[in-house]
Formats: sequence, structure tokens, C-alpha cells
Amino acid sequence: MKRNTFLAGVAGLALAAGGAFAQVNEDAPQGGEMVVTYQDDVATLDPAIGYDWQNWSMIKSLFDGLMGYEPGTTTLRNELAASHEISDDGMVHTFVLKDGIKFHNGREIIAEDVKYSLERVTDPTTRSPGAGFFGMIDGFDTWNAGEGDGLSGVEVIDDKTVQITLSRPDATFTHVMALNFASIVPREAVEASGEDFGREPVGSGAFRLAEWTPGQQVVFERFEDYHRAGVPKLDKVTFDIGLDPTVALLRLQNGDADVPGDGIPPAQFLQVMNNPEQADNVVEGGQLHTGYITLNTQMAPFDNVNVRKAMNMAINKDRIVQMINGRAVPANQPLPPSMPGYADDYEGYPFDPEAARAMLAEAGFPDGFTTELFVMNVDPNPRIAQAIQQDLSEIGVKVEIRSLAQSNVIAAGGEADQAPMIWSGGMAWIADFPDPSNFYGPILGCAGAVSGGWNWSWYCNKELDARAAEADAMADPALADEREEAWRSIYVDIMDDAPWVPVFNEQRFTLVSDRMAGDDSLFVDPVHIPVNYDYIYSVEAE
Amino acid sequence: MSGYLVRRLIESALILLGITFVTFVLLYMVPADPARQIAGRSATAETVANIRDQLGLNDPLFVQYFRYLGNLLQGDMGRSYLQRAEVADLIAARLPASLLLMVSAIVTELILGLTIGVVAALRRNRPADHTLMIFSFVSISAPQFVIGILLLYVFSVQFGWLPIGGYGTFAHLILPSITLGFLGAGWYSRMMRSSMIDVLEQDFVRTARAKGLSRLHIITRHVMPNAILPVIAMIGIDIGLFMSGIVVVESVFGWPGIGQLAWQAIQRVDIPVIMGVTMVSATAIVLGNLIADLVAPLIDPRIKTK
Repeated sequence: MKRNTFLAGVAGLALAAGGAFAQVNEDAPQGGEMVVTYQDDVATLDPAIGYDWQNWSMIKSLFDGLMGYEPGTTTLRNELAASHEISDDGMVHTFVLKDGIKFHNGREIIAEDVKYSLERVTDPTTRSPGAGFFGMIDGFDTWNAGEGDGLSGVEVIDDKTVQITLSRPDATFTHVMALNFASIVPREAVEASGEDFGREPVGSGAFRLAEWTPGQQVVFERFEDYHRAGVPKLDKVTFDIGLDPTVALLRLQNGDADVPGDGIPPAQFLQVMNNPEQADNVVEGGQLHTGYITLNTQMAPFDNVNVRKAMNMAINKDRIVQMINGRAVPANQPLPPSMPGYADDYEGYPFDPEAARAMLAEAGFPDGFTTELFVMNVDPNPRIAQAIQQDLSEIGVKVEIRSLAQSNVIAAGGEADQAPMIWSGGMAWIADFPDPSNFYGPILGCAGAVSGGWNWSWYCNKELDARAAEADAMADPALADEREEAWRSIYVDIMDDAPWVPVFNEQRFTLVSDRMAGDDSLFVDPVHIPVNYDYIYSVEAE
Repeated sequence: MSGYLVRRLIESALILLGITFVTFVLLYMVPADPARQIAGRSATAETVANIRDQLGLNDPLFVQYFRYLGNLLQGDMGRSYLQRAEVADLIAARLPASLLLMVSAIVTELILGLTIGVVAALRRNRPADHTLMIFSFVSISAPQFVIGILLLYVFSVQFGWLPIGGYGTFAHLILPSITLGFLGAGWYSRMMRSSMIDVLEQDFVRTARAKGLSRLHIITRHVMPNAILPVIAMIGIDIGLFMSGIVVVESVFGWPGIGQLAWQAIQRVDIPVIMGVTMVSATAIVLGNLIADLVAPLIDPRIKTK
């Protein structure tokens, strides 16, 4: 067995791309409060169910799992686990819990809670959107199909120790254990609340839920017995719900709010950035996001690789980035630049309408063709679709835009013969965890090219699928570099088949009031959106 | 009267039944799979199939519909797919806020609309009339979203007199009520104006004048009670308009009502919530019309209930 090797493993790989640790100010004063605004009501705070970007970060503050991330980075660290050992073959992970860690209800957390929590999230009756992440745990297939009496791969050794056996070595397992879905929950509280646990959450995170008035307000207050001394910094975080982003901005300018959770509204973006006082309070950061056009490889004429390549050369990405006020960087490959495995030296397809037209002619379409582009009907996506339409008309391709509600676009993409092209904006892939494999399986792998899947290009390359499985089997931390290289070459090879036109990677711009302080990385934390609630502090507390 | 009431109640129940059916069929036909929404993007096909099975989404349309109807008649509106909470609880938590906003918007539009209508009619074809009619035209055409933001900017940000959205005190209620009532005020002022002009030309008004009654007395005791009748009938229909306006106004002002709930449910194909909100709104509209029809004969005995 290797002792506590998690840092050298997948995490080390993330560290290489994620940069150094954030300058978390451990001595920052405790006290004060913060007001965050949101338009939508919070759907649920149940970690097994919550899966939108609003409740994702809130749940992170209410719950902890065995693993977590260094604040402001993509670097894994032990959270409730005091230690984590991996067997030589990568199949057995042994976690030992920290001493004296407690749930918000005051009860001490024991190994049995870990087993209960993992079985709950993978239990088919929980209907968790995250169940699929745990597929590598031994016994998942039967338990998730509703058979047997638990996850056979999760074994409680004693009150402090839990051993998890995998059915295949998987380098992403430690990231999965840092997902919200792997949060530890107390059985008695879940059973007492039943379906309402999402309204009455009890976890072991830095904050506890103090108050929830539907449609109006959610209030978090400091959990005094939190297992990390001096955390969280704030006494209280108030989420004001139901505010249109434009109104939220007015509130912030008036000093009634600290962070507009929905971001700076696109229509006011330039106004904010051109005001020096406000621009000073904007923190910019990368995001594990790629916006892309899918080309349905099973529908003519996109079943022809040269047509797909021509598409890649016909889109003026710089202009699209300009259209959204420079809130993104142009992309040339599926992975975003801040993701391990990103190929810095890959040049991608150049913007060259002449060459694109020639390539189309060569492919048998000298006069172009007519096709459809599906797009979600929320600004700026229809405008971006129009820009794409215009670019493609330059090479003789006539595009009809189908602007629909999000769920309808997703439904069309999930059928093999519905959507020839989809602009992913508003539904684009944001990584669940900072590992290159997360951009492959569901959206580019064969497993996702099924009815109802998310592989809207219906791209399935068996050889790449095999290489992906091989890369993920490199669970030995010593192979981290080799694994990253394997993934890098997979994505470059995908671009040879051109199932997507990668368009841009969104940047994050977080506006914060003068009252809040902390390292910039905390305001664009890659796993906490919009901000890391636990480590930000109030200048008024000093 | 009681026979009329029973007939109208039966009619209303049939209308509501029809609405449940139409809404259910429409939602069934929408090409978006709720199971997929719940399952999330990492789910396998088996997981999605399993969720469909648990929610009974594989059953034929009529089986699903009658199951829903059976539960509904027992007061069970089901649980939200996404929030997992009882739909009845979600609506109950938000209904008071919407009702408060609606009542206060009705008061606002009546006060604004009737005053403007009366003044315009009495100053017919003079500058005051023209100005007021332009105002009513603007209030009918301006999008509620724009009016809401404008009012917030002026009264909350610039003057700082009122809170920037939210819920809780009388001060919070003012701007949303005005925004929601603005549209109706425009309609009512036009209606009241033409109705007043009609009545002012009636014989009994001339008789009253000939009797030497004061102008104020004639207008308040003879003209207005007659002119207001068509407006009363409008209020019932108005509730339908409010239901659509509420979605916009509640989202601008962060008003925690059912409009906000409906908007989010539609975005996420949360069918039980969409059905629940539709049923509540439809009931409000049907009841509003029923009450308007029942009240009309009380005010004007010429209208008979048969």
C-alpha cells in the first residue's frame, strides 16, 4: 500500500495546470456577513439531488465529503478523511476519518455514515442525477439496478475506517469522492425528513442552514464545530432570491448586496467594465467550460469528415467572442485551457473561408447545402447562431435556425436524426470535476451516443474509446504524467475527425462589493460558482 | 338564483376538467423528457429508464391522466420532480404573496383608471383629456418589464424612497402593484371615459340638471354608478391578464409568488408544478368570472340571472 498518496496522484496532475495554491489568508478575521442575490429559487439542498450551478456551491458549504479541494484551486485534499491509502493495483481505497468530526446535529461522524451516504446516492429510489459517477465501485451495477442490499464494494472496517473496492482501476475515483454527490449525510436526519431532506439539510460543512423562506431568502450561519479551525470566515451568508440580474446589479450598486450570483447581466457588462470604480471590483478567471457546435456525424452531409472540417474553418470565432463583449477566449479543441490535458501546442483549424469552400467542393458540395442549427432561445445564443449562420453562408451553406427552449434542444440532440447542428450555448459542458476524462465519456464517447444521451454529434470512435478506458485505468499516481499525455493525444485525435467546432471557452467575471475580501482565486474558484463562501472574509470584521 | 348558481358551478367544474385535460395532453406532447432532466447528464440509459418507470411515465397517456385526476380529486397534486417537495406546499407557500399583489394591483388600477377616465370624460376634447389619453395609451403599450425597471431606477435607486425589490413591508408592495396595475389602469381609463360620455348624454342626466342638482351630485350619484357597470364586468376577466403579468412582475421585483414558481417549473419541465400552478390560476380565473357574473345583477337589477 502507498501511504496518503492522493496529492501526488491525479491531484498533482491538476496542480500542474491549476497553478499554485491560493493565498488563503488563514489569519483573516472571522465575523461579518455577505449577501448574495439569485433570480431562481433554490431547487434543493440535498447533496444527492442538487445538480445546478446555483445549489452546487451552496451544498459545498453545507456538506463535506471524504475528499475536497484546496480553496481556489483544482487540487485535491483530504476533507473529512484524515488519510487515504490506495492499494498497489489501484483497486482498493482505504479512508480513515478525522477524529471528533461532527454533523450539524451534534452527532459524531462514523464510517457507517460513509457507507450509508454512498448507498443512498446510488440507490435507484433516490433518483440521484449523480449515481452514474459511482459506476466504478464494486457492486454498483446490481445495487443501482435495484438488486441486493447495498454497495458490496463499500466495507466498514471499524468506526473510523472505510474501505472501498473498485470493479476496475479508475484514476478519477478521488475526484468523484470530492463531488457533492459523495457528501456524508446522517441517516437519522435523512430518514426523519424523507423527501424533504433537501429543505432541511443536515451536513457537516462550514455553514449550517439557519432559515429558508421559499422564493425569498436562504440564510446560512457559521457551524461552530466545523472540523477546520478558523473556517468559515463569515458569520452569516444571506441569499436573496427572486431578483432579476439587472435588479441585483442595482442592489449591489446601492450597497444592499455583495455578490450578484447570476453574474453581471450581458446588457450591463460594458457599463460596469467602463466604470473604473466598478471594474476594480470585478475578478476575472478561467472556467472549465467549452462552447461548441456539434455536427451530427450520422446525418448527411455531416457524415463526411471533410464537410465537418470545412465547418471548422468557416466560423469566425474572434467575432463571436467580440459579440459577447470579450467574455471568452476562442477555442480550438474540446478541453478548456485550465484543464489538465489541454494541448498548448495544438493549432487547430485556421479561420479560412476560401479553404473551407474548396474543401466543401472537394467533398462534393461545390454549391453548398441547406441544414439546420438548433440553439437555446436565451440571449446571447440566438445572436451567436446568427453569426454562425452568416459565416456559413459565406461558404454557400444555408442555415435555418431553430431557436427553442433548453429542454427541447436537449431532447432533439438526444435523437440520432433530429439535429444536424447544435450550438451548445446555455447548455454547454462545464466539467463536474477537473479531470480531462470528464469531457469525454458522455459528450464524445460511444456511451453518450445513445438515445437520450449528451453526445449530440453521435460521434463514436471505438479506437479512441479503448484508449480512453486505458488512460482512466492508469490509477497509479506515478503514471499521472503519462495519463495526462494519453488524454491530450485523445483530444487532438478527436479533432482530426472534427465532430465539433469548438468555439470559445467562457471566462468568469465576478463582481464583488467593497465589503468582501480574500484572494482573487476565491472569487473565481473553479469548483465553487460564483464564489467560495467558506474562505471569503468581511473587511468590516477587522 | 340558486338554480343559476348551481348551473354556473357545474359549468365551472367542467371548464376546469377540460383545462386539466388540455394541459396534461400538451405537456405529454412536449418533446422533452422529464426523466432525462432528473437523471442529469451523467446518467446511463438504464438509470433514465428506471426513473421513467418510477414516475409512471411509461404508462399510456390516459392511464397517466386518470391517475393524476384521481389524486387531484383527493387533494394530492403530487411532488415536484426537481424539488421533491409537495406541489400543494410549494403553491401554498407562494399563493398569499400573489393574492396580495393581485388585490393591491386591482385597487391601484381602479383608483388610477377610474380617476383618469372620469377626469378625461369631463374635460372631453380638451388638453387634459388628450394628455390623459396619451398616458393611458402608453400604459397599455409599455412592456411591464420596462416599466418595472424604470420605476425601480427612479424611486429606489435615484431617490432611495423605496426598497429595490423584495417582499415584506408595505413599501415593498408599492412599485410591483403600480407596475402590475398600470396596464389595467390604461384599459379602465379608456373604458370609463367612453362609458361616462355615454351616460352624460342620457336623458336622465339632463333631467337631473334641469332639476337644479349640483354638478358634483349628478356626477357622483347619477353618472358614475351607471358608467361603472361595464368596468366591474372587466375585473373578472382581468384576473386572467394578471396571471400572465404576475410572471413578469414577480421576476422583476423578486416577489415570491406563484408566477416565479411557474416560470422556473416551465424552464425545467417540472410537470407536477406546471400542472399545479395552471390549475390554481385557472381556478382563480373561473372563480373571478363567476363572481363578476354574480355581482353584476346586484349592482344593476336590469341584468337578470336566468
